[in-house]
Amino acid sequence: MTDTIPRAVYNLIPLFVIIPLAGAFITSLVAKKVKWVADMLANLVSFVLLIASVASVLAVNTYGVLVYQVGIWKPPLGISMVLDPLAAFMLLTVNLVVFLITIYSINYMEKYTAKWNFYTLFLLLVAGMNGVIITGDIFNLFVFLEIASVASYALVAYGTDAEELEASFKYLVMSSVGSFFVLLGIALMYSYTSTLNMADMAIVLAEKGLGRVTYFSAVLFLMGFGLKAALVPFHAWLPDAHPAAPAPISAMLSGVIIKALGVYALIRILYNVIGLPPVFSNVLMFLGALSMIVGVFLAIGQFDLKRLLAYHSISQIGYVVLGIGLGTPLGILGGLFHLFNHSVFKSLLFLNAGAVEYAAGTRDLNSMGGLNKKMPVTGATSLFASLAIAGIPPFNGFFSKLIIIFAAVEAGRMGYALLAVIASILTLASFMKVQKFAFFGKLKESLSDIKEVPFFMKSAMISLALICLFGGLLLMPGIFGRFIKPAAETLHSGNAYSITVMEGIEE
Amino acid sequence: MALYLLCIALFTIGLYGILRKRNIIKIVISMMIAEYAINLMFVLVGYRYEGRSPILSPDQEILNMVDPLPQAIVLTAIVIGLAVTAMTVAIAIRIYEKYGTFDVTKINRLRG
Repeated sequence: MTDTIPRAVYNLIPLFVIIPLAGAFITSLVAKKVKWVADMLANLVSFVLLIASVASVLAVNTYGVLVYQVGIWKPPLGISMVLDPLAAFMLLTVNLVVFLITIYSINYMEKYTAKWNFYTLFLLLVAGMNGVIITGDIFNLFVFLEIASVASYALVAYGTDAEELEASFKYLVMSSVGSFFVLLGIALMYSYTSTLNMADMAIVLAEKGLGRVTYFSAVLFLMGFGLKAALVPFHAWLPDAHPAAPAPISAMLSGVIIKALGVYALIRILYNVIGLPPVFSNVLMFLGALSMIVGVFLAIGQFDLKRLLAYHSISQIGYVVLGIGLGTPLGILGGLFHLFNHSVFKSLLFLNAGAVEYAAGTRDLNSMGGLNKKMPVTGATSLFASLAIAGIPPFNGFFSKLIIIFAAVEAGRMGYALLAVIASILTLASFMKVQKFAFFGKLKESLSDIKEVPFFMKSAMISLALICLFGGLLLMPGIFGRFIKPAAETLHSGNAYSITVMEGIEE
Repeated sequence: MALYLLCIALFTIGLYGILRKRNIIKIVISMMIAEYAINLMFVLVGYRYEGRSPILSPDQEILNMVDPLPQAIVLTAIVIGLAVTAMTVAIAIRIYEKYGTFDVTKINRLRG
């Protein structure tokens, strides 16, 4: 089979890292001198990445799992990059959001000086995330994880105000501790299996059996990636770091980073390498349900718009982890679908919050009111996103939450299903509060001379709102079997991942 | 075995420092301690008792060689650690400019 696959398909794989890295490099060199280059280059890069990720979904559907060998070293020895349905799914999710956020940044970042620095860091972040998703080597995963993390520390502190620096420092320390746990876990896994290739590691573990070391390092991975994903006992940095960053970065952090660096890396290792011992399934479900409830309760009392949204990220990540932790095909499907949906509507909500801040100069819900009259596009898109996150029927959030709740019932976890419903109702309540305070009601006098945001910001928000509205169509038969279902099957297959990867190696 | 335990002890000392110290610079140093403990652990994983250095030469038959891969990996990890430390120190300096103190209990404008 492998001899019929054209070379170009394999060459697609490393592009996901090379393009943004090169973009970052060129931006940092050129854009300081020639201002317009930064916007154009970043948008070009993210557009090419979007095209490439659509192509990668098609390629996976046509040719099956593809493995690119860095250098020409054969996988157990050299670093490999693996494009399987799950990776393709994540790449499309990440790059879609990244593309719309770069469009939004064109106008939004005007108020900051040194826009080229922003784009350089932004593209490094994208390179790191794509690298985490595409890599098949566990130490390489750590390297990309750190590239993305270091870029995001700098981006959180981008405004260099006192609060932003404080939030960034908190994020940096906690996230570094997470990285330490991950590195320790990798060291122990290497000592047990003598390999770093994830597929090969899965094979060794299947032959040798899971020792106590594996369980210990699985706990370390859970802590490390749990810190990156802001699951509840490890969530303290998120509500500070996400609001502190500029709006496009808040959208990136909540929309895709906690998923790519946290949830994706965690589930990839727990499911496909270790093979998910049942005890971890229970732990994941418990942490997911806990995050879901705690996040939403903390969110309700907030009056800072972005902080409220940040707490909802914790809650929604809880849904994703609960769904995936169920371990049934339906649960994993719901979890992944919710991951996609959440990255769309949460980034939209943060972009809305950024638009309000851009126009009205405030994030405090008490000093807003009646913004619908002055900012109809922002108001309408934010209503769409609020309905989507609360799980109101025609929007995408409804379908994924429904699947997760069905899956929980099907697996006999009535308690978790009930908690998911409760969290959903509380989410609705909290977003009704946002709508009431910010967008409906009488216009405050202090806000009487604000204007709607510029064109690029509007177009990014409208695109995301349309995806929210039509996201449910991903469950249509023709698309479903190509995009989400294979990704869910990859996760559900567990150890069999190694076999498909070994078959996908280029001859 | 004792060496592994010492590594873990060093790591916990680093964690203790991160959690308990009030001075930002001491937190940064604790982070470095924790990180080097893990690097040390990684090198130890590849160590062999009375092993020789991992240099191949065509005329020798080598039976007892130290695993070279962890050493290469630790070099990478050190470089990453350097980047993170530089970032941390840069932010610490800016925090000192804004707040006029290194005491984390006084750097508390973010609440809730």
